[in-house]
Amino acid sequence: MLKFITRRLLVSVVVLFAATYLMYVLTAYSGDPLEDLRTSTARNKEQLIQRRIDLLNLNVPPYLRFFIWLGGVLGVFVGKFDLGKNISGQLVSNELGSAMVTTMQLVLVATVAAILLGVIVGISTALRQYSAFDYSITFTSFLFFSLPVFWVAVLLKQYMAIGFNDFLEDPQIPIVLIFVFAAISAVVWPGIIGGRMKIKVRIGAIAFSITAGLLFILNLTGWFEKPGIGPVSGLLMGVAIAFAVTALSTGLANKKARNASLVVVAIGMLAWLPFNLFSLYVSPLIFFILAVATVIVGYLVGNLMGGQDKAPVARTAAITALLMGGVIALDRFMQAWKPYFESSYISGRPFATVGDQTPNLQGSFWVLGVDKFTHLLLPTLALLLIGFAGYTRYSRASLLEIMNQDYIRTARAKGLPDRTVVMRHAFRNTMIPLTTLVAFDFAGVIGGAVITERVFSWSGMGSLFIEGLRRVDVNTVMGFFLITGTVALLFNLLADIVYSLLDPRIRVN
Amino acid sequence: MIEEKSENAIQQKEVEGLSQGRIVLKRFLNHKAAIASMLILLAIILFAFTSVGIDIGSDSAKIKIPGWWKYDYAQINDVENKGNPTMDLLPSFIDGTGMAIGNHPFGQDEVGHDGFARVMRGAQQSIMVMFVIGLVATAIGVFIGAVAGFYRKWIDSILMRFTDLIITIPVVIVGAVIGRAVGNLGAFLLAVFLGFFSWTGLARLVRGEFLSLREREFVDAARMAGASNLRIIFRHILPNAIGVVIVNTTLLMSAAILLETGLSFIGFGVRLPDVSLGYLINENQTAFSTRPWLFWYPGLFIVSIALCVNFIGDGLRDAFDPKQRRAITSKDKRVAKVVSK
Repeated sequence: MLKFITRRLLVSVVVLFAATYLMYVLTAYSGDPLEDLRTSTARNKEQLIQRRIDLLNLNVPPYLRFFIWLGGVLGVFVGKFDLGKNISGQLVSNELGSAMVTTMQLVLVATVAAILLGVIVGISTALRQYSAFDYSITFTSFLFFSLPVFWVAVLLKQYMAIGFNDFLEDPQIPIVLIFVFAAISAVVWPGIIGGRMKIKVRIGAIAFSITAGLLFILNLTGWFEKPGIGPVSGLLMGVAIAFAVTALSTGLANKKARNASLVVVAIGMLAWLPFNLFSLYVSPLIFFILAVATVIVGYLVGNLMGGQDKAPVARTAAITALLMGGVIALDRFMQAWKPYFESSYISGRPFATVGDQTPNLQGSFWVLGVDKFTHLLLPTLALLLIGFAGYTRYSRASLLEIMNQDYIRTARAKGLPDRTVVMRHAFRNTMIPLTTLVAFDFAGVIGGAVITERVFSWSGMGSLFIEGLRRVDVNTVMGFFLITGTVALLFNLLADIVYSLLDPRIRVN
Repeated sequence: MIEEKSENAIQQKEVEGLSQGRIVLKRFLNHKAAIASMLILLAIILFAFTSVGIDIGSDSAKIKIPGWWKYDYAQINDVENKGNPTMDLLPSFIDGTGMAIGNHPFGQDEVGHDGFARVMRGAQQSIMVMFVIGLVATAIGVFIGAVAGFYRKWIDSILMRFTDLIITIPVVIVGAVIGRAVGNLGAFLLAVFLGFFSWTGLARLVRGEFLSLREREFVDAARMAGASNLRIIFRHILPNAIGVVIVNTTLLMSAAILLETGLSFIGFGVRLPDVSLGYLINENQTAFSTRPWLFWYPGLFIVSIALCVNFIGDGLRDAFDPKQRRAITSKDKRVAKVVSK
């Protein structure tokens, strides 16, 4: 294994070197870095041109200038990392640092959301193959696949952000719309759950009344002005989570797992009030520690109550704990909504169409978190729609292929319940090829985010790249490429390693 | 079990006594979405190329074949009715004005360019770029994949490392750099250069096919009969891998049109005085609230072209994949009953 990794790393370094050389020369020859100065009317024009030539070593031809740049990059081994200066004389590494954080946030959130949604929808369509639900999802994913991201982005800005902000000025859902939403859910849910006509009609009726009732209550209580979850619905959600996680993870027949999950939910309910009192002191680091602690508590509870078969019970309890913690955190974020909404920087129009944060906004972790959410929502949706389509198609095809395998037939033949066959025998094997896809995709999404960032005026790596390229600012473009290229190569390597770890049939040597 | 047997019977009955090509064609013709997409795509292509005519070459040596539409895409006209679209598809009993095409069915921009002519010219460019990228990338991808998979050993290593090299650069990035460098030479050259960097996925797939096909008996038979390596590659193995190639070419083309429009959108693709669909959207995105039609029509054309190509690809995939089974309809079951008796 070690030998394989070393060999691949060495090859990767050679490939990366060749790719950067190619990029450098291409970028340098793509235009004239002195263009803006040549056409300028400044009196000291000659002097400015000479200064820029000296700054960027422009009198060295690009195919040799690359090695000056490379020397700076290789300085990383002697502790003197230098990406050179951009066209206006600032250090590239400085501007790249903050831009990277911004872009990574966007890309990470969008990719994780796309994988989760795509896999869930893909699996459920595969299990209902050739149903109306399957056909409509197939059509939708083809449609998403064919959408240009910049076009969607403009539409999202216009209809989602501006429309929703208008709605928030007087947050009452019209009664007609409530019935439309309820009717939609009455069609969608039976499609997902499936079954005979009689069951479908019943599910449709239930979905209709629940949706309509819920929206009426939200309207009456003015929920959109002051959102929150509250202890009663929190408890209901917790219990629902406990049952759902147990059903998927071990099956409801496992009483120990079910009880452990319920205990975890109870602990969550007890910790809720103290958490709220303490919550103003939360910083990102503490938030992360709390999340880890929640999982550990869940794991311990599961371990204590697991009896003879500890591992699956502990796993179930830990997942439940994380989700319950999510409910509590969500409630706290929602409480921060009203102060955020009324803050003078927001002036009642929270959903942003440009930028990655509200300038000068001060507040607690929670208020800033809401701010992040309102800014991330649209670009993430734009990236999500397209990634989602790919993952849906892929996981559907992959699960369908696996469901035809002999070992699935064997599992069914020995009388295992449907849940075990799908979740343990099929689903896990579906995930193996998906990991490679994720690795490839991640690098691609960083590149794809270039366009999304531009539409939403995010000051991320994409805008750096576009601006750099427009001004033939080679060092900036190369700084961007060094990061995307390295990420792409590392993820490819990671994909190969993970693949061989997950699938014992594959030997890397 | 009985169901499975009858399913097989249906499929056997369907393809009895047909050659491979015929089976594929028959399956493809059965894919309704693919056939519909094909017709729509052909209609769009015909419409785009006949309406505003064809312009070839640069300003100095221009060949111009005029089309049936009265305005040219670069022509500036008087702004009628604040540039609102004059097309009205609702008949008079709904809104009382009757159906009309008018002078500027897709509206005008603030200078007076005719929206319809510009969208048609943009669609022409985008379709042309799509096909050129598809052709160039397929040719390179098939060649590199075939040579690497057939000869293996050091040739394979070198070619595949070269492929890795190109893959490392995200295609939007290399596209932007290429567009910046050659965008002023016209859309055709831009497409050729983009094709030089889009073949990697296909090369990998073709190589995989060749690695497994070259071990088959028919290759040995051909070699025994004295066929040269080139003959084996192109006459014996490649026809067997044609399914993979065709399917992936269509997928590549749908990605290509999104790439071109994306590049033109960020300003590194097709440039003025020429227009492409992505360029039109970029030009008009800020005017969304005042002139939404300038934004809607180019977008709708991009989506329809890409969607059609994707559906055609899906149909081809179903047609070439022998394992693929479509939904068994009640009609099939009736046939199956007859067959099993």
